[in-house]
Amino acid sequence: MILNIEDITAGYSEVDILHQVNLQVRVGEIVSIIGPNGAGKSTLLKTIFGLLQPRQGKVILNDEDITGLRPEKIVRKGISYVPQVDNVFPSMTIQENLEMGAFIRTDDYRHRLDQIYDLFPILRERRKHKVGQLSGGQRQMVAMGRALMLDPQVLLLDEPSAGLAPLLVSHIFEQIREINVTGVAIVIVEQNAQEALKMAHHGYVLAMGRKVLDDTGDALLENEEVGRLYLGG
Amino acid sequence: MVELFVYGIVLGSIISLGAIGLTLIYGILRFANFAHGDLMTAGAYVALFMVTGPFSWLGIPDHTFGALSFGWRMLLALPVSMVAVGGLGLLFDRIVFRKLRLKGSGVVILAMASLGASFIIRMLVLILWGADYRFYRPGLLRPALELPLGVKIRPDQILILLMVSFLVSVLHLFLQKTKMGKAMRATADNMDLARISGIDTERVIIWTWMIGGALAAAGGILYGIDVQLHAGMGWNFLLPLFAAAILGTIGNMYGALVGGLVIGVAQQVSTAFLLPTYKPAVAFMIMILILIIRPQGIFGGSHS
Repeated sequence: MILNIEDITAGYSEVDILHQVNLQVRVGEIVSIIGPNGAGKSTLLKTIFGLLQPRQGKVILNDEDITGLRPEKIVRKGISYVPQVDNVFPSMTIQENLEMGAFIRTDDYRHRLDQIYDLFPILRERRKHKVGQLSGGQRQMVAMGRALMLDPQVLLLDEPSAGLAPLLVSHIFEQIREINVTGVAIVIVEQNAQEALKMAHHGYVLAMGRKVLDDTGDALLENEEVGRLYLGG
Repeated sequence: MVELFVYGIVLGSIISLGAIGLTLIYGILRFANFAHGDLMTAGAYVALFMVTGPFSWLGIPDHTFGALSFGWRMLLALPVSMVAVGGLGLLFDRIVFRKLRLKGSGVVILAMASLGASFIIRMLVLILWGADYRFYRPGLLRPALELPLGVKIRPDQILILLMVSFLVSVLHLFLQKTKMGKAMRATADNMDLARISGIDTERVIIWTWMIGGALAAAGGILYGIDVQLHAGMGWNFLLPLFAAAILGTIGNMYGALVGGLVIGVAQQVSTAFLLPTYKPAVAFMIMILILIIRPQGIFGGSHS
């Protein structure tokens, strides 16, 4: 077990969005979180990353309690986060965006930069281009590349396919699989439940801020209720 | 006319120094710093204090460099004043702006607080040095060089242009090549993402104030060398500073440089047709025109 979310209750000001949610991520796993709009999926990621203080419950990373740490501390512990929107530095080049991802590294990270460029060859080709000029799909690659610069143990992705053309969506999911193969555990929140469950080792279904189901990705895809409610089947 | 253009470039380069700091602070802290002009005043007077006070007591020679109107004392006073005013900006940030920021105050509150800071600086200068016009070297004759096309320019003014070019080049290299410079640009682009990446944005803010204050101080001193010192000098610069920053797209350092030069030239050239007292009105007109026609400035994309 690399990441363990225990009984998390969290929300904004007076209103609780999440109610006693439990979630486990094992080493090297892809965990997909699906559910309707407003189910609290993004809130869960923000709470894990310290952007939101939970009212109750614990976030445990490798047996260390990291509940309530600020994001700039959590990123040093080995979790990286890619927000759904505004996830790049638009006026900076691709290379500079990746350098910013490695900001807290004090070692020579050139090999890591090479690995990221191997993962997204198009980014190497355009490394001097300003990110603001790139297409949505390439921006998403930059955003994930930035988050990967620190060699995180866990990568949190908030709706990476949002706003992308259908063709690009399958491409981005393919790349997420490739990232996972390199040994990074991934927690992904998605509207695109079908694709997200297909690649998931484990899936969670959230509704109204509560976990309603969790099982292997395949089992959830077969599940009649899930199919009816979230897969449009 | 050519001569007015040249004087406009000199004035514009001084405006640029102020406008760059204003635009950097806006880009990162997201508020209009109305105290920025008065940071220029503070810089000019800190240098006056150093030149007439400590450096005189220390026995630093008083002679001038060749045809220039200043010597070692001023050369040493410049960096001292830049650091001091950078520190002054930082001091205001720690005791006023940071507290408001942490409370989540809106931009209007922050801008009003900076207006208060501007009064404090100006009144301090008035209390300490009085309301008279001051010179770094009273009574010094400053002959001009004759350039082709009938342009008369004082050696001081050539040095002002060189000094501004030097400072802007150093800032450019800092922002493009150093880790902290890049972190500043990243923070200006997207502060939340900078934090998520582990960038210490409070440290970035400290650097922003130091740089903005230092450039303002340099601008104030260079204006003092070119013209004279007065407690209201920086306040009078505020309008051209904002016009320059808005013209060059607020938040864009290179835009502020170009904007400053454009405003300076427009102000000086206008004196061929208008009374010099209308100079601030010229800056104001340009600012209003740009806000109506192209509010995102000349370097702004349509998305911003």
